[in-house]
Amino acid sequence: MLNYVIRRLLVAVPTLLILIIICFYLMQTAPGGPFTSERPLPPQVLANIEAKYGLDQPHYKQLYNYVVGIVTQFDFGPSYQYKDRSVNDIIAQGFPVTLTYGFISFVVATIVGVSLGVVAAIRHNTALDYIAVGATFSAQALPNFVMAPILIYVFTLKLGLLPGGGWNGGQWQYLIMPVIALSTSFFASVARITRSSMLEVLNSNFIRTARAKGLPETTIIWRHALKPTLMPVVSYLGPAFVGMITGSVVIDIYFSTGGIGRFYVNSALNRDYAVMLGLTILYGGLTVLFNLLTDLLYAWLDPKIRY
Amino acid sequence: MKMTSKTLVGALLATTMMASPLLAAGMHPSTGEALADDQSFTYRLLDEHSSVDPQIVEDTSGADIVRDLFEGLYNQDAAGNLVPGVALSHTTNEAKDVYTFTLRDNAKWSNGDAVTAGDFVYGWRRLLDPATASPYAWFGELMSIEGASAVLAGEADPSTLGVSAVDDHTLEVKLTASLPYFALMTTHGSTFPTHQATVEAHGDKWTAPENIVSNGAYVLTEHVPSERSVRERNPMYWNNDATILETITSLVINDENVALTRYLAGELDKTEVPAGQYPKLNAEYPNQAHSNPRLCNYYYTFNMSGNGNPAFDDVRVREALSLAVDRSVITDAVLQGGQFQAYTFTPGLTAGFVTPDVPSASMTQAERDAKAMELMAEAGYGKDNPLKFDMLYNTSEGHKKIAIAMSQMWKQKLGAEAVLANQEWKTFLETRGNQDFELARGAWCGDYNEASTFLDLLDSGSGYNDGKFNSARVDELLMMAKTSDDTQPLYTEIEQIIANEIPVIPVYHYTRVMMLQEDVKGWPFENIEQNVYSKDLYVVAE
Amino acid sequence: MGMVKDPERVEAIADNIADAREVKGRSLWQDAMGRFVHNKAAVGSVFILAGILLFAIVGPYFAVWSNEEIDWARMGNVADVGQPSFENGHFFGLDSIGRDLYSRTIQGTLTSLMVGVVGAMVAVVIGTLYGAISGFVGGWVDNLMMRTVDILIAIPYMFVIILLMVIFERSLIMLFVGIGMFSWLDMSRIVRGQTLALKHKEFIEAARAAGVGWFVIVVRHIMPNLLGVVVVYATLLVPGMIMAESFISFLGLGVQEPNTSLGALISDGAGTILYDQVWQLAIPLTFFLTIVISLFFIGDGLRDALDPKDR
Repeated sequence: MLNYVIRRLLVAVPTLLILIIICFYLMQTAPGGPFTSERPLPPQVLANIEAKYGLDQPHYKQLYNYVVGIVTQFDFGPSYQYKDRSVNDIIAQGFPVTLTYGFISFVVATIVGVSLGVVAAIRHNTALDYIAVGATFSAQALPNFVMAPILIYVFTLKLGLLPGGGWNGGQWQYLIMPVIALSTSFFASVARITRSSMLEVLNSNFIRTARAKGLPETTIIWRHALKPTLMPVVSYLGPAFVGMITGSVVIDIYFSTGGIGRFYVNSALNRDYAVMLGLTILYGGLTVLFNLLTDLLYAWLDPKIRY
Repeated sequence: MKMTSKTLVGALLATTMMASPLLAAGMHPSTGEALADDQSFTYRLLDEHSSVDPQIVEDTSGADIVRDLFEGLYNQDAAGNLVPGVALSHTTNEAKDVYTFTLRDNAKWSNGDAVTAGDFVYGWRRLLDPATASPYAWFGELMSIEGASAVLAGEADPSTLGVSAVDDHTLEVKLTASLPYFALMTTHGSTFPTHQATVEAHGDKWTAPENIVSNGAYVLTEHVPSERSVRERNPMYWNNDATILETITSLVINDENVALTRYLAGELDKTEVPAGQYPKLNAEYPNQAHSNPRLCNYYYTFNMSGNGNPAFDDVRVREALSLAVDRSVITDAVLQGGQFQAYTFTPGLTAGFVTPDVPSASMTQAERDAKAMELMAEAGYGKDNPLKFDMLYNTSEGHKKIAIAMSQMWKQKLGAEAVLANQEWKTFLETRGNQDFELARGAWCGDYNEASTFLDLLDSGSGYNDGKFNSARVDELLMMAKTSDDTQPLYTEIEQIIANEIPVIPVYHYTRVMMLQEDVKGWPFENIEQNVYSKDLYVVAE
Repeated sequence: MGMVKDPERVEAIADNIADAREVKGRSLWQDAMGRFVHNKAAVGSVFILAGILLFAIVGPYFAVWSNEEIDWARMGNVADVGQPSFENGHFFGLDSIGRDLYSRTIQGTLTSLMVGVVGAMVAVVIGTLYGAISGFVGGWVDNLMMRTVDILIAIPYMFVIILLMVIFERSLIMLFVGIGMFSWLDMSRIVRGQTLALKHKEFIEAARAAGVGWFVIVVRHIMPNLLGVVVVYATLLVPGMIMAESFISFLGLGVQEPNTSLGALISDGAGTILYDQVWQLAIPLTFFLTIVISLFFIGDGLRDALDPKDR
């Protein structure tokens, strides 16, 4: 088990390294640089700036220095756009924000999704089931960049109930709309998976046996059916988390939450190389980590699997 | 030392908080209006500002904050005229190449230190020091300070720069050229003083709220990147008694429609109006919707470098395309924010500039269209031989709408097919800067209020001349204008050359279209450069 | 954007299909068809989708305005005179700059469907070939190819797409490549598993003994046998592709004007909620939701039909 975890973490190192190299060279091929501006800088000014950030060195050397900086000092470099901040500062400030609303959305999506999926499966082929299926499909298909402005229009302007954006240290009023917008498509996915998994479990032999023994339906569902039902749901959680991070771009744009999603898109547009690389490594690392956690959770739930 | 100064500011802030209701609940000292108890102002920023370091900042939203936090030699009043800042007055020699500024003796930094001529010397050296790597270092060269280029190139020590503190309250600047308007340039953020001890103690992090020491009417108290930035009254400011607004908050809201929604919900005091929405908002909120001229033009430039579309070598084609653009549709149906139709490159409201008569301006659109069709036929283009070219603009809702409208005008009137290509900003700049285009969007906002800030773009030697228009006569006229006392005839001739040669299609001249809550007063609508000083704003009681 | 991939279910289906081949007398496909026809939601969705496709093909013949023409007389005042109207020929109203939304919706629908189908095809072709080769060749090649997939799967693909769209000139091709490039990974794993199972079947051994080259075996004998799983997986991929495209359009990195997609139209429409131009969002959004939801139902229906354990 420990061996397995160590091996998986060791694979993460070349993975991230390849990720850095791909992104670094993709970024270098992009037209324009971090200091391209509408008023082209005089050559001397540009030269001074590039010298300050070491951008006058050959590409392979910049890449080498960057990787060495990370390994030896955990320094992800400076931001060329926000000159009073380093990439570490940006992540330290933005990541807790993204993680807070991402995690809450994740929990909400899982609870709502599993409940809805279980109810739909128990009431299979009834009106309730059809409504639940229709609702989850609609929720999954509705883009969150449509939902976000509608939420703001309704709750902020028309009803005057919630602030239209901002973070304010994560007070609950500021969290409600981002969580709704972010969790919707994920609770729908979780509900779909739960429903079909539950249906399969309810038709399996051991549940039939339990029914034959005359156990009450609630006991069957809670004690016997729920755990195997959750297996496929668990395997979806890794991708779901990555999806939440991608979704944070929309949340940051509409709700001005100040998370790292917006910084990522901006860094690509501004050619803020170090910020972009730093955030890519962060996302890549999280993806690896969550896929590993998912697999471990899976193994814990299913005693048949051994690593 | 650091701790004590911070505690001091804290204590002073606390005392003003207690004292302020007395002032806030009172009346405006000069207008007599009743003031609201809550003197706070919240506005929308499109995006996170680059920095609040005066020598580093390069975007306008950052410059607006710097103008509140720091104070230079001179400020501007509501009409854009020079008024004393840290400097009380200045004298200059006959040749206008040595300037001596007399500084006030009561100016203080937010930690209580006196603001001295040495702080300006430090700031200006810092601007040009290669180690600072300021993107605005060129402004120091533009000011023609003695030794600026050598310092910037790293060939001379920053201490050799031609700026010196004669005593604590006398600043002397030596220039390499005669600049009659030099004092005007000291309202620019990059010339503001910086506090040497703070910069040296904290390095790049000196602008963080817990470190920053500033000399303006406000101090930075909170900064959450990409979310908000808060500045509050600076009790050490020399003219603190005249400051009315207590708190200014800028909120980053990327989407302009969401920003307007939040404005209408009362969360913001000021936001921009999206293209096309001004008439409706103005009808509904006549006292909140404002449209005022800005010193900017909007144009499309032909690629005249030889790499462009060969069809554009024919001046008749260029003229036909320019004539067929119905400017009134762009200003009245697309933008709808009171923008001005443009037939000349320089905005008509530029100081000391009278818009010259160009033939196309006085024609009706029907006449222009007829002439355009005639010219295209003469040039050999028509239904059987349609003109086809690429049209480049950068990704933005507004630019997209204008490009679509223009391309449809050409298609329907001239049968010409413009293939639209939008590129994301940096790619666009690179493509345009490398003359890798046929027809490209351009816009320019004046660095200062004088026609040459625009016309210099068409100088064959200008780094901003992306269309590579090359006219010996224009270069000559621009050179003459630098030293002439009567520039109008020169500028008129340049505009007429542009009207004949059509290197660019002027489309419109900007306005700033915004929503401002009715109770916020003191906004400098007349300031065409849009330099706002929050210390001049105040909130009146309902 | 939450794509339900659920590779395990698909793998189970694949096992089914493979098992069914053993038993000659019973046709798996007939059985599956029978089950699919009884799934009302899925069949209904097929008809709805066919209807939309028919509308997108026939619709242009009824259009009064083209998708790029501006209605100059109405363009400045869209909120008041731009509503859907039969009298002026703008059946779906005008977009915010005065172009006919009917023609634009049709054109956007075609673009979105094409992105979905071609994107899924790119993923399926790459994934099938890659997985089949990896599984069939085996040994260190298999190991290397699968470790590569492990690495690629850890890349936050939406961000790489953003990067690609920023770097290269925007075009539909780039969009397909970008989206397709990261969607083939799961497919390749499933196909590899199936190939490993098929590898030692008699008909493959026979081909091998006859001296047929490995690539020909993969293309001629292995891939046709994977058809079922490929079809199901492709159907599940299409709505995800359409949704991914809409997100890219939202970021302003989508197709070039005057062309459009449903994602671009929705994104434009979402900006006008405040301005009484509700049709600009409602109409393209209706088309988008109908298409995506229908595809969900069809995908689920196909999966259930090929995996009878469920009933």
